[in-house]
Amino acid sequence: MNASLANDYSGASSEAPVYELTNVSKTYARNAVIALENVNLTLRHGSFTSVIGSSGCGKSTLLKIMAGLIPPTKGRVILQDKPVTGPRRDIGMMFQQATLFPWKTAVENIVLPIEIRDGKGAAKKAKEKAHDLLEIVGLKGFENVYPNELSGGMAQRASICRMLITEPAVLLLDEPFSALDELSRDMMNMELQRICREQDATAFLVTHSIQEAVILSDEIVVMKPRPGRIAEIVQVDLPRPRTLDMMTTPRFGEIVDHIRSMLDKGEDM
Amino acid sequence: MTDAPTNQRLETEAADDTVWVQKVAFIDSVPRWIAMTFVFVVFIGTWDLVTRLELVSPIILPTPWETFDDMIFVGNNLLSGDYMLVSLWITIKEVIYGFALAIALGFSLGVLVGETAFGEKAVMPYLVAIDTMPKVAFAPLFVAWLGFGIESKVALAAFIATFPIVVGTAAGLHSADENARMLFKTMGASRIQTLIKMKLPTGLPQIFTGLKIGAVGVMAGAITGEFLGGGKGFGELIRVAASQLNTPRVFSLILYLSLVGLVLYLIVQWTQRRVVFWQKESVGAQDH
Repeated sequence: MNASLANDYSGASSEAPVYELTNVSKTYARNAVIALENVNLTLRHGSFTSVIGSSGCGKSTLLKIMAGLIPPTKGRVILQDKPVTGPRRDIGMMFQQATLFPWKTAVENIVLPIEIRDGKGAAKKAKEKAHDLLEIVGLKGFENVYPNELSGGMAQRASICRMLITEPAVLLLDEPFSALDELSRDMMNMELQRICREQDATAFLVTHSIQEAVILSDEIVVMKPRPGRIAEIVQVDLPRPRTLDMMTTPRFGEIVDHIRSMLDKGEDM
Repeated sequence: MTDAPTNQRLETEAADDTVWVQKVAFIDSVPRWIAMTFVFVVFIGTWDLVTRLELVSPIILPTPWETFDDMIFVGNNLLSGDYMLVSLWITIKEVIYGFALAIALGFSLGVLVGETAFGEKAVMPYLVAIDTMPKVAFAPLFVAWLGFGIESKVALAAFIATFPIVVGTAAGLHSADENARMLFKTMGASRIQTLIKMKLPTGLPQIFTGLKIGAVGVMAGAITGEFLGGGKGFGELIRVAASQLNTPRVFSLILYLSLVGLVLYLIVQWTQRRVVFWQKESVGAQDH
């Protein structure tokens, strides 16, 4: 299964592993469903990994385990040499919805993780950093604006800042831009790539879009359902930085076709 | 200047080409205050006509002008601080105490029921059961327990107003979506942090809806208490006027009483606008 790892992969394979999952399985006792079976996964420092698969393939279960929201039934989940036993400051997470709170300004929303973990005083000190982050995502000048006045794309930019404020070692992205229209989505993906490079971030993206996965990732984890398992880890050898133009190259098409054929082999897609 | 005629021709041509014009309904072109005045005038006119033609006995329905005169009399009495003001003040005190009690009780029960599994499982069914009872029927009990003073009226007013606040608070606490809950979990928030920093603010619109319904109920409770339990409040004035067949007085007292209710409602609404500043006007508009 992991044989392809050894192939002519020019990405971040030489970097140190940040997140390591070994033989992770998850069975839901309630209905005896095997959501995940023997998942082995390594995220290396500075790499971008996507997971793709049909519904029921266990990718949301995988994400929840990696976020420390639910425990695995079996297996080892190690982030930065420490086992994950619950939500952690060094895990950043982003969802489909921006989930900004309308009673807080953009900056107050961004420092919320600090406020929760370290209290109001620390949150106040973190505001300066929040300003810097807003500038990085192109929202300078919107510091004291309430979320009602932000567009969907702008709200997601702000939620990127909220994820980055605690300087997490890994970014878990749960279909972050799937609620946006396609034009903003492409643009936000390019922004995400730039931000990840600038922050030297290790990212893990759950997506339904093969194109999105290919244009962003170094590695794509293709999963299959019943039981949820990794079918193949596909290396993406397109050069970096990626541009939207690459979506028209033959190599891009080949990789997309390969993943699509993998997914089509899965039962009842 | 030179192409002015051309423009004119173009405009007329364009007008001629228009085959389908959006028509504005008449009511949409009328300002609200004119429409409201119209209804008011029709109402008073019909009232006047009914009394003028003596379709009903003047004891049952006084003329609008008699009622108006009496409103001025009552207004003078209130402004000069006479016995009516004393009565009104008693009723206002009952309303304020009742509402404060209802808020404290309703909010606490709402948090218990909305936040804890125990509350939802074990307490909620009882609250629903009591809520379905006609609460006014408890008035004699409150009089028996608390006497003929303002305490029994405060109790009934609070009793009636508590339930919408419980329901509003519980619904509000449940209104936070899955994403927000998950986000707070990933931030390692404690239960109390999640409640105070996320669930309560998210639920404020529903809580205020409960408060508004409670504000209406608290008035009804205080007056019903006075009808059934005596005392010296405004409800007693109404009861006495009615027993004397002084119908204009009953009408004018009710109108002044409704002003108190309106002020209470507006205070809640004003507070809501200040506190829940992010709530869209369109949502608030449903309350009108």
